Amino acid sequence: MGKTFSKPEAMSSNMTHYCPGCTHGIVHRLVAEAIDELGIRGRTVGIAPVGCAVLCYNYFDFDFQEAAHGRAPAMATGIKRVRPDLIVFTYQGDGDLASIGMGEIIHAANRGEKFTTIFINNAIYGMTGGQMAPTTMPGQRATTAPTGRDTELTGMPIRMANLLKELVTPGYITRQAVLNPKQINKAKKAIKKAFEYQVANKCFSFVEVISTCPTNWGLTPLDALKWAEDTLLPYYELGDYKIPE
Amino acid sequence: MQTEIKFAGFGGQGILLSAKLLAYAAMKQGFFVAWVPSYGPEMRGGTAYCTVVIGDKRIGSPIIKNPTHLVAMNRPSLEKFANDVKPGGVIMINSSLIPTRSNRTDIIELIVPANDAAIKVGSVKCANIIALSAFAAKAKVVDMEVLRHCVMDEFSAKPKIIPLNMKAFDEGVDIANKS
Amino acid sequence: MAKVLMKGNEAIGEAAIRAGCLNYFAYPITPQSEVAEYLAKRMPEVGGVFLQGESEVAVGYMIFGAAGCGERVMTTSSSPGISLMSEALSYIAAAQCPAVFVNIMRGGPGLGGILPSQGDYFQAVKGGGHGDYHLLVFAPDGVQEAVEMTMNAFTLAEKYRGPVMILGDGMIGQMMEPVEFPDNLKSEPSNKDAWATSGMDKRKSDKRNLVRSLFLDPTELNANNLALKAKYVQMKKEEILYEGYNTDLDYKVLIVSYGTMSRVCKTSIDMMKEEGIEVGLLRPRTLFPFPEEAIFKAATRESCKAVISIEMSMGQMVEDVERCVRGQRKVDFYGECGGDIPTPEKIIEVVKGLL
Repeated sequence: MGKTFSKPEAMSSNMTHYCPGCTHGIVHRLVAEAIDELGIRGRTVGIAPVGCAVLCYNYFDFDFQEAAHGRAPAMATGIKRVRPDLIVFTYQGDGDLASIGMGEIIHAANRGEKFTTIFINNAIYGMTGGQMAPTTMPGQRATTAPTGRDTELTGMPIRMANLLKELVTPGYITRQAVLNPKQINKAKKAIKKAFEYQVANKCFSFVEVISTCPTNWGLTPLDALKWAEDTLLPYYELGDYKIPE
Repeated sequence: MQTEIKFAGFGGQGILLSAKLLAYAAMKQGFFVAWVPSYGPEMRGGTAYCTVVIGDKRIGSPIIKNPTHLVAMNRPSLEKFANDVKPGGVIMINSSLIPTRSNRTDIIELIVPANDAAIKVGSVKCANIIALSAFAAKAKVVDMEVLRHCVMDEFSAKPKIIPLNMKAFDEGVDIANKS
Repeated sequence: MAKVLMKGNEAIGEAAIRAGCLNYFAYPITPQSEVAEYLAKRMPEVGGVFLQGESEVAVGYMIFGAAGCGERVMTTSSSPGISLMSEALSYIAAAQCPAVFVNIMRGGPGLGGILPSQGDYFQAVKGGGHGDYHLLVFAPDGVQEAVEMTMNAFTLAEKYRGPVMILGDGMIGQMMEPVEFPDNLKSEPSNKDAWATSGMDKRKSDKRNLVRSLFLDPTELNANNLALKAKYVQMKKEEILYEGYNTDLDYKVLIVSYGTMSRVCKTSIDMMKEEGIEVGLLRPRTLFPFPEEAIFKAATRESCKAVISIEMSMGQMVEDVERCVRGQRKVDFYGECGGDIPTPEKIIEVVKGLL
């Protein structure tokens, strides 16, 4: 019997530094599979964020740039404008994209920049140690919200896919999750579709992925999956928010 | 040897263009030139102005407190700058809009009804060209044929308005010669 | 090519195109918006990229992205905008990407004003952003020099794989002067396949390239900083530019001044010469690397009794001048930075006060 399973070519053989139960690794793999399947590895440039995935280029095997906190969409714009033949994606977390980088993502999406954004929403700041994110749920504890997020003081969590959908410029905007195999398969399809839109030079494409952070949530990996299902998914509804005509 | 000409008026009177054309002509004659605008808040007030510096060596300070000559297209410009002009210089006064005079005896006053003459020629829009050619003819800062060509070149993209501006140019020279 | 009369801002835009830079990102700010307006029209004519970003912060990273994939790229801004881009400058320097930044200085701090100033000397020369880095900084004194320096900036940005800044001021941006565009641009062989994220296919390589500034391993970070330092040492050896004016005579006072301010000083020097007073001028044309030895030599000439740094600032370059003179002469300072450029008469008064 031949080989039935191997790592995608677009992935390196390095071990990841992610915590047990973290879903970054799953999403990395989905991105790498999509790139392999589309045969675009040799012309892809990834952009790493600031956050847990800052070192994600260690786990991929193609060109990568590293942005400052929140600025990945501006950097992607720069690359894509001067080299439209390259396939460019940003990989950003919720602190990076929805807090400090809000301006850059909105304007890049609104200009219809032909790159892809993979947005990891785990409702917390990971790398800096569990501070409140713009996506943190009401009442959810964080190191900077020790008694739980008080929406009177901090407003409600930001739903990025919903927000970007409202832009008049066409785009592919979807929200997926990676909490069980079925969701993972759907997320894979969405990520591949996002890259396909870019390969066709069609539009900006954005895949929000509901993920887990067992370490900073203070939960076991299994409990984290359940908490995300019960708490995040009712608020962050999955599905396609916008599809280009 | 250095000559400085201050052009001053309302925004929209075309004085920046007049000044540029003069600088162009001087450049074509081989002089060193600088066209120095004012771009501060005063642009939004009564006067807009710029200075053309023409010299036989590289222009040093672009900041000119006392110009050799003044082209005043409106009353606030004349009131603001008349006393700055160096003795012996030309002060051109657009008498269509300025009822007063410089009250100086140590300069040459050139009275040009630029707006009225422009209307007579065909359009008030070419008052700046009349002022330019009248001033240049009087002050003799550049070769008039070179300047005439610069005016023609400036409007080369809009050939329709070349004859009007050439007529204006000649009218200005005429006014200066008669004064 | 024949001379044309151009505004400094427009000439800088044209110079970029002539230097083969077909990528420009910017955000409008007075007094340099004409660069963006000019290139909005010109870039499409030459098949180049023009993009007005949503902020100077974003523009800084558009430049970073484009530079990271090895393309010639430029932005222009003015003081408050450069503050916002300073974050990106730090990253670009750390990641060793070539890029050209133009600062047409206006008065500060804060919103300041829109008139010419030289208040960003420290920012340009000493860093501006965080960390140990320098920009190679050119200081043109007019439109022609702004053009030549802009064109050379691309070559040097690539030679040193780092950001180069043209530090002009509102006067240079706004004034028109005759300008001639050099035909022959010096270019060095490119080694960008070794580092740029241009895509493995394009490089026909199996080895991926990384553009980054994060080095968590202290040895690695130190090595990167040493690599940067080596470049700055090399710049000090190879790239210093300056001009001496009236420095072959026995002058009593040496003025050190750059940019627009130095032109006013030259006029003052000519006027004082007529009165029989000899004053010399040393004009740094690069602010980093700084003409340290040239200033020391000019200041310690036997006839020279005093040195003065004249700036459109409250006293910034004077600190470097003092450092170069090494206590051998008294170093004075004169400056204004509200936007009114000091007149030649004022400078004469100040210089005479030193005699």
